[in-house]
Amino acid sequence: MGVRLRRGAITFSFLAPALIGIAAFFVYPLISAVYFSFTKFDLLSVPQWVGLDNYRRMADDPFLLQAVRNTLWMVAVFVPVRILGAIGLSMLLVQFKRGAGIYRTIFYLPALIPPVAATIAFVYLLKPGTGPVNHLLEMVGVDGPLWFNSPAWAKPSLVLLGLWGIGELMIIFLAAVLGVPESLYEAASLDGANAWHKFRSITLPTIRPVILFAAVTGVIYTLQYFDQAAVAGSIASGQATVGAGISQSFGYPEGSTFTYPLWLYTVGFRYSALGYANALAIALFAVALGVTVILLRRAKAFSGEES
Amino acid sequence: MTALLDRLLDRPVAPVAAPRTEKRRIRLDWIARHSIAIALAIMFLTPVVYLVLLSLMTSDQALTSDYWPNSWHPENYLKVFQATPLPHYLLNTMIYAVSATVLTLASSVPAAYALAKLKFRGRNLMFLTVICVMMLPPQVVTVPLYLMWARYGLTGSLWPLIIPTLFGDAFCIFLLRQFLLTIPSEYLDAARVDGCGEWRTLLRVVLPMARPGIAAAGLFQFFFCWNDYYGPLLYTSENESSWTLSLGLASFRTVHHVDWNLVTAATVLAMAPLIIIFFFAQRSFVQGITLTGFKG
Repeated sequence: MGVRLRRGAITFSFLAPALIGIAAFFVYPLISAVYFSFTKFDLLSVPQWVGLDNYRRMADDPFLLQAVRNTLWMVAVFVPVRILGAIGLSMLLVQFKRGAGIYRTIFYLPALIPPVAATIAFVYLLKPGTGPVNHLLEMVGVDGPLWFNSPAWAKPSLVLLGLWGIGELMIIFLAAVLGVPESLYEAASLDGANAWHKFRSITLPTIRPVILFAAVTGVIYTLQYFDQAAVAGSIASGQATVGAGISQSFGYPEGSTFTYPLWLYTVGFRYSALGYANALAIALFAVALGVTVILLRRAKAFSGEES
Repeated sequence: MTALLDRLLDRPVAPVAAPRTEKRRIRLDWIARHSIAIALAIMFLTPVVYLVLLSLMTSDQALTSDYWPNSWHPENYLKVFQATPLPHYLLNTMIYAVSATVLTLASSVPAAYALAKLKFRGRNLMFLTVICVMMLPPQVVTVPLYLMWARYGLTGSLWPLIIPTLFGDAFCIFLLRQFLLTIPSEYLDAARVDGCGEWRTLLRVVLPMARPGIAAAGLFQFFFCWNDYYGPLLYTSENESSWTLSLGLASFRTVHHVDWNLVTAATVLAMAPLIIIFFFAQRSFVQGITLTGFKG
């Protein structure tokens, strides 16, 4: 019994910092958020119990509706485009017997660039008047869109920006594609299969778990999409500021880049409606948890077993 | 794992023994593939090259639609150091990124080791919790955490970003655990037979073997902090003396209305260290990314 207790104490000593961290920065704020979501208060007042009022308020909040629409748009477009792009690049890279290294490095590089810097670069690149992209389009006779300054093109511009930073996902798919045994392809070649056939019947089934992983992490990433939307709005609108002030340019132009996290930040830190902000946070948590559970139930790598 | 990594980083040249009739087709394929790859490579590089060119122009030319500087002004990089608070932002970013990286590693390695190599009740539950924390959008707990730090009077400083790293980071624990699983338990058993306690086993046997994993986790943490925008925006925006690079860059325009060349110079300076580090540590990166995603 004494030995067991000692072993337990040693194990605990390994885990103690992480356990404190989980308690203080996850469990405690999460429980507070649930409690706060049933109250009404701001930075100066004490929380007052209001029952389900905050959740009812979500039902007729036009800004929330817009934010949910924008976030759903990003989930529906950005997540699949990212996955297709990463698979495409990795399938291109595995074709090379020589020289793959330099291409891989170049495709990966933008993923390293700070989101704020990358967003600034894209706003310049796509500037309607003087940006080189529209200049190039003009040379081939195309009237370029207004990109970050157009309500219809602002989200597609963000998708382009995201595609530019696709490197990490590309490496994950590249590892999966390289893991497919060469002998399978050889056997298929002998049976006369063409490239598309081989991809459909050999590559795709092998990388299916990675696609699930990419879909789930992609949705989670999109649910918390904040930096690029905030910075693109503020730089493109020409009124870059920080702090609570930055929320004034959130969503520019015409709310088209107003994502769910931006609205949450605005409610909490511009309007100081902290009870309502917590209700929005809990709704976000419920969705993120649901998506995570899908991954946990399907992917072996995430199970507690040694793999 | 290592074999896969070698193939990822540098694919060995496979001897091609094809009949002559096939050779033409293979050559055409080769040209097609490289053309596509080169076109894509140009597209991926253009934004960075364009920024660098803009940063070398005069502030007047930077307002035009020119791509190529009429005259070269590398002194813009000096100017951005002298005429803007950039050195200060840089210092804050270094303080945040370096201390957070060191502390995160110190607090996450033991937990990752326990999750990977020790048997205890509740291990699966603990691991699931770590995954949930990792997947949690940071905005969910933002308001309660902000109120907590405000209560201690620490908002407006970098402390709310640094203190939590004393207590482990979920992504770091997850990544290290995945790496430690690849170390055969026989080594640990041998150390235990020799009379090493668990802590000694970790420090003497596991740490040296886990160096690549620790390097990858450390690099990711450093890059995360360097790039972090949401955290500094939340906690330091009220106090400019605590601003980091990300925050400074995002608000540069108000301070320097027309000096696009300086803004782009600052942007280049914010990304240059990351690219330099990457070239020295490419292997660690690829390994780290592979560890987090590829096992289905």
